[in-house]
Amino acid sequence: MKIVIIGAGKVGHKLAQQLAKEDHDIVVIDIDPKATSVLANSEDVMCITGNAAEYDIQVEAGVKESDLVIACTDSDELNMLCCLLCKNHGAAKTIARVRSPEYIKQMRYISDAMGLSMFINPEMEAASAISRVLLFPAANSVETFAKGKVELVEFTLDETNPLVGKSLKNIHRTYSNNVLLCAVQRGEDVFIPDGDTVLKKADRIYVASSRQNIHDFFSEIGILMTPVRSVMIVGGGKLGYYLALRLIKRGIKVKVIEQKQTRCDELSDKLPELIVIKGDGTDQELLEEERIAGYDAFVSLTGMDEINIILSLYAKSRNVGKAISKVTQIDFTDMLMDLGIESAISPKDITANSILSYVRALHNSRDKSKVESLSFLVGGKVEALEFRVIGNDDFLNVPFKELITTKGCLVASIVRGADIIIPGGNDCIKKDDDIIIVTTNSQINSLQEIFKVKPQ
Amino acid sequence: MNFKMIRNIIMKLMMAEGILLILPLIVAVIYNEKEWKVFAAISAVLIIGGLLLGDRRVKGNTRIFAREGFFIVGMTWVLWSFFGCLVFYFSGVLPTLVDCFFEMVSGFTTTGASVFITVADVPKSVLFWRSFSHWVGGMGVLVFVMALIPLAKNRSMYIMGAEVPGPVAGKILPKAGATAKTLYLMYFAMTMALAAILAFGGMPIYDALCNAFGTAGTGGFAVRDGSIGSYGNPFYEIVIAIFMMLFGINFNIYYYLMNRKIKDAVKNTEMWTYFAIIASAITLITVDIIGMYTSLGHALRDAFFTVTSIISTTGFGTANYDLWPNFSKTIILLLMILGGCAGSTGGGIKIARVVIIAKAMRRELKKLVHPRLVQVIKIDGKRVDDKAISGVFVYMLFYVVIMFVSCFLVAIDGKDLMTSISAVISCLNNVGPGIGDIVGSVGNYSTLSAFSKIVLTIDMLIGRLEIFPVLLLLSPGMWRLKGADW
Repeated sequence: MKIVIIGAGKVGHKLAQQLAKEDHDIVVIDIDPKATSVLANSEDVMCITGNAAEYDIQVEAGVKESDLVIACTDSDELNMLCCLLCKNHGAAKTIARVRSPEYIKQMRYISDAMGLSMFINPEMEAASAISRVLLFPAANSVETFAKGKVELVEFTLDETNPLVGKSLKNIHRTYSNNVLLCAVQRGEDVFIPDGDTVLKKADRIYVASSRQNIHDFFSEIGILMTPVRSVMIVGGGKLGYYLALRLIKRGIKVKVIEQKQTRCDELSDKLPELIVIKGDGTDQELLEEERIAGYDAFVSLTGMDEINIILSLYAKSRNVGKAISKVTQIDFTDMLMDLGIESAISPKDITANSILSYVRALHNSRDKSKVESLSFLVGGKVEALEFRVIGNDDFLNVPFKELITTKGCLVASIVRGADIIIPGGNDCIKKDDDIIIVTTNSQINSLQEIFKVKPQ
Repeated sequence: MNFKMIRNIIMKLMMAEGILLILPLIVAVIYNEKEWKVFAAISAVLIIGGLLLGDRRVKGNTRIFAREGFFIVGMTWVLWSFFGCLVFYFSGVLPTLVDCFFEMVSGFTTTGASVFITVADVPKSVLFWRSFSHWVGGMGVLVFVMALIPLAKNRSMYIMGAEVPGPVAGKILPKAGATAKTLYLMYFAMTMALAAILAFGGMPIYDALCNAFGTAGTGGFAVRDGSIGSYGNPFYEIVIAIFMMLFGINFNIYYYLMNRKIKDAVKNTEMWTYFAIIASAITLITVDIIGMYTSLGHALRDAFFTVTSIISTTGFGTANYDLWPNFSKTIILLLMILGGCAGSTGGGIKIARVVIIAKAMRRELKKLVHPRLVQVIKIDGKRVDDKAISGVFVYMLFYVVIMFVSCFLVAIDGKDLMTSISAVISCLNNVGPGIGDIVGSVGNYSTLSAFSKIVLTIDMLIGRLEIFPVLLLLSPGMWRLKGADW
């Protein structure tokens, strides 16, 4: 596909990098010559320096023949303007990054008026990612599939975990089998486990099933699933607002510490249930005064990555059950894990990943296979794909034990109507099922590539 | 330095040369020359060696950066020239390895400076290889391979940027591989068009092909003593002169024309400057030499051919310009330094750099009058950022220093001043002929000492690769395997 990316910031850079790797023709437009020259040197993309709302620049970038335009500059207005102009110029689809709550409120109206195919709000996406983790405090991250029926939960094995030292076969025999362990990250390696894989301490494992089944599994292995009832947030920016909004809706007590008086007023005005504290979140005295140790979870969302990390470490030291930090610039996520911060959320990464999933799904739908959605796990090393079975392929209604599955692919679960099936050898795929596949092979586009019937 | 990746890429490139050697092999078979054994042997060594030494898949770190890009480009050009020159050595047409290497580098860098006293008794297949090297070297040997196979995935811009001439390497398509392919297709089409026109005009097909290679790469090796002038055919001269001029233009312009983006093609400042320089040089030289000719037409034709031949750094000859007045010779020397446009197959310092320098100098003069002046330098309506401008100045500084050092080294030989200076300028700018009785338009480089030839060989490489890849090859920091670099 021919894709034009407007804005070569962190999101634009990541999109360009990943999409160029997937063999799309990428043109990146940015007004800053430094940003474009860095990108032009490191990735196989074409870069144009200039304002993307200019007609000449759009002509130069070939917007007319493009399949997709993604606007992810800092400015909402510029993004929307570029999308509107590009759409009129001939771009097939447009995606705009929009973050201001005022626009978000009426996004449906704006999308219609501008012909946007998708809009993405980094703060809102990040807020929903954080709230998913808070509902599963033992998890590092949670992805949902099949309209929320299936969840994919990531968590770290500590030394006290009963799963440590056991092979998958063993686990299979010991516990009820309503969940599927579908990926393991050990150090920098990521692999899809088989029956003989033995789990080790500090492995990060991915478990798929319905929420209830995962809950049951967690309590079975002795991980406490006390739901979070109270959350302390430092930093009352847009992300803080969206998060507080979501949590309050679920009846969780939320306290926000924010430094700016005007922002405090706004927050208190919009969310009356919220406890707003005006003060410096990095002040230890203040945190103690507001009884940080009494909270179930702590989320640091200030503009400084370093402060967020330190605050989370402090919260951990004060025995807060779950600490989450926003990390925007720093790439050393592996190192953060060593420090004991399992949940680091980067709004920019989340934004880039959502757009990438959209592009993958769009690209695949052109090829008539049916990827419904796609998620990147473990920093993009593993993908979870959701397919809807529509055709009449020969692998339908054939038990898995009689199918050959492509290496590196695993059927994580099958959604049939309201049921969730954790597949075993005797299960089979039927028409109209939703299938969730976990794979280390990023080239998979269709179910036909995954399953072959064993020759008799 | 990621030596695994470097070795992998260089071995692929060496195999590519082995495959290209099959072409002269075919020529040798057609003309029933015994040199086919030489081509077959070298080709086999390169292909088998490449297969054995290059691991197909590099495990682990496949990242390369700017320095690896420079290193690969520099190293490849040296190795290609070395293995290519073995053709001359083993077919016995040149006495020493230094001569062979000089001739081959002269071929790949599209210089066209020769150490052959006469080419009359040289086998046709060997001359074909010599001319063909111009064609491959003109657009770039790595770009050629990149057009066919992916070399370094997303990092290929580092390689392309180091080989394509000009201050800033631009892409015409989002993917480096597709860009290389498009460039080579246009290049191939134009070369074949030229060969067809020449053959149509009555030139033997072998000569037409070799001369087309020499013109397209702006090289200048001819297959006859006395270059293009020896045919004594005005039609050939005019056709070749026009094509020499065309090959000195940035190839992006042909891409724009192909896609009917006339506006983009026409607004190119560099191209118009190039045409203006050609027009004024032709006028001045014609006026200067008119007294020596019986008709204006002939004077104009010789001036046109010589000017396009020199500014595009081809170096074909029809008239012996050493007989012309000093004023004309000075213009020729200046044209040698200017060279063609960025992104063309021509050498020299490139018109783009001259335009940038002229604009920057004007800005500095204005700054003397208005000390707080802020002025943005624009080319083709686009801003040239200060980093690029200072890059051009640094380039010029290196260029001048290298020129002085080379002149100094070549002067040891004891030839006259004009010979030493023009030989260095001619080689450094990939032109070919110099000025004077020894290296002038009817002379050759055979009487120079081996030391001078080595210096000039390095100059040719420096000129073609625009200084930095060659200089980095010589810097010790590049070769450090471990620890901090400096």
